[in-house]
Amino acid sequence: MDDFLVIDHVSKTFGAQRAVDDVSLTVAQGEAFSLLGPSGCGKTTLLRMIAGFERPDRGRILVGGKDITALPPELRPVNTVFQNYALFPHLSVWENIAFGLRMSRRPREEIRSGVDRMLELVRLSEHARKRPSQLSGGQRQRVAIARALVNRPQVLLLDEPLAALDLKLRQHMLMELNTLHEQVGTTFIYVTHDQGEAMSLSDRIAVMNAGKVEQVDTPEHLYETPSSSFVASFIGDANFFTGVAVELQHEGYVRVQVEGLGSPLVLSHGTVVPNQTLRLMVRPEKISLTLSRPPSGERVNAFRGVVEDMAYFGSHTRYRIRAGEHSILAQLQRSRFSGGGIDPARGAEVWMSFHPDEGRVVRLEGDA
Amino acid sequence: MKRSRLPAVITCGVILFLFAPLGVLVVNSFNASRFGGEWEGFTWNWYEKLWAAGEVWDSLWITLKIAVSASLAAMLLGTLAAYALHRFRSWLQDVHHMLITLPLVMPDILMGMSLLALFVLTGVETGLLTIWIAHVTFCLSFVTMVVLGRLQDFDFTLLDAARDLGATQAKAVRKVLLPLLLPGVLAGGLLAFTLSIDDYVITFFVSGPGTTTLPLRVASMMKTSRSLPVINALSTLLIASTFLFAALSSRLQRRA
Repeated sequence: MDDFLVIDHVSKTFGAQRAVDDVSLTVAQGEAFSLLGPSGCGKTTLLRMIAGFERPDRGRILVGGKDITALPPELRPVNTVFQNYALFPHLSVWENIAFGLRMSRRPREEIRSGVDRMLELVRLSEHARKRPSQLSGGQRQRVAIARALVNRPQVLLLDEPLAALDLKLRQHMLMELNTLHEQVGTTFIYVTHDQGEAMSLSDRIAVMNAGKVEQVDTPEHLYETPSSSFVASFIGDANFFTGVAVELQHEGYVRVQVEGLGSPLVLSHGTVVPNQTLRLMVRPEKISLTLSRPPSGERVNAFRGVVEDMAYFGSHTRYRIRAGEHSILAQLQRSRFSGGGIDPARGAEVWMSFHPDEGRVVRLEGDA
Repeated sequence: MKRSRLPAVITCGVILFLFAPLGVLVVNSFNASRFGGEWEGFTWNWYEKLWAAGEVWDSLWITLKIAVSASLAAMLLGTLAAYALHRFRSWLQDVHHMLITLPLVMPDILMGMSLLALFVLTGVETGLLTIWIAHVTFCLSFVTMVVLGRLQDFDFTLLDAARDLGATQAKAVRKVLLPLLLPGVLAGGLLAFTLSIDDYVITFFVSGPGTTTLPLRVASMMKTSRSLPVINALSTLLIASTFLFAALSSRLQRRA
């Protein structure tokens, strides 16, 4: 089933603020899906509407073909892992996980086996009698996940699941969540402001901005072919240039005159007309640096610049290069095979080059 | 580094200042001398007299009845008031908050007089009921303040979590909010109980014939020097139970 969770033209207004503005999304059964965006973009409000804590002003929410828009949270086939976990401090780990089953009045035997199975799944069996306050942050999160999953929800909502953890633990839990998702096969909906988290957790991501969905796509596509400059800058780093289309070529290539830089050839999606003002995007790692001019040809864009600043990151080095009024970010991988690679110093004159397929038109003038 | 002796000196001073009078009272309750001016030997005599003084035990019974029922009522009403004050923000709740804190600062004599005026005006005969109403009135403020303090620390996403896991609104309150609030409610109730048990001024105004509470009884006994040592004995027992309650109350608040 391709549209298991359906968000159908949903809007929500708080006072004068449009928190969620006519959002439509579909999520497949078993998919790991992320709502990604800066704080205040409406992703949390959307999550709370799916959970049932907020009622949409307009639109419908369906799970498995059933309209749940009017149902209170306790009657929805959806469970939530809260950002601060919201574990019940007066109950033991075991009783926290049993809470949902007790509420739905399951037989005692089913509760016991269900909770024990969950404790095993999140590897907390030996902590069953402890109170939440006696656990570490990572363990608390696993309790929160077990407490939600024990109810066999059709959709599991996770609100900033890693935000409360430190960096090391975060990377560990990232892997853990992926494994867990594979094991249980439930539809996971993550809400996060961290693009790295969203990229490594999700099959697909909806990038949200100011209450609207900017783009829904796989992590690869969002990174390689962002549809707007907001998406391009929110997912990874990007260099942006504004220029004028001077020459249209076959197969969607267009030559753009960029003031103070040159006339790179780039790939465009959508229709471009001559003399139109365009916005271009090039990822820092797509730019090569050489000391001498690269072999000229139709298929390479090359510009001169001066190394302004550099920062060494171990696996890669980042350079800030000045070309006229442009300040361009380039990133070089440290590789044993970087044969003809260079190691330019601050103040060195270098050539930057990128392939036409790596430069993209992200927004045409007049677009929102 | 030499440690300062100042904190120890101050602590001893405070203890002396607060507890010396109580100490004298306790010692005198075992003193054979009627006037307690000097030590004339150890005796249980005053405790025996107290045991035989039926009117004292009648008063204690009245006092306990009022204290228990008034603090139970204050626990219920105070918890509801605190919940309303915490959950709703409006000018009405601002007024509510002001009114409920007022009895904490209002002189007892004013409260006693105004309550009596009200009862006279409405034609309610003074007695157990009027004492009970008066005690609920001033205990309510204390319970509300204690419970409000607990509510301010309460994480309301816990109620969202309970509902998310299938609990109705009412069940979420019963299974999550109330158990977590209970220590605060009990601490407030204990505070109310101790306040009710030893209230003199307000009770004096609103009591009627046959409803002499323990503090009123003690005050009237003071008029005759014969019963002075008996009062000492009674006071010693009251001090002991007060300490017990205070310890219990602070334990509850600490655990919370």
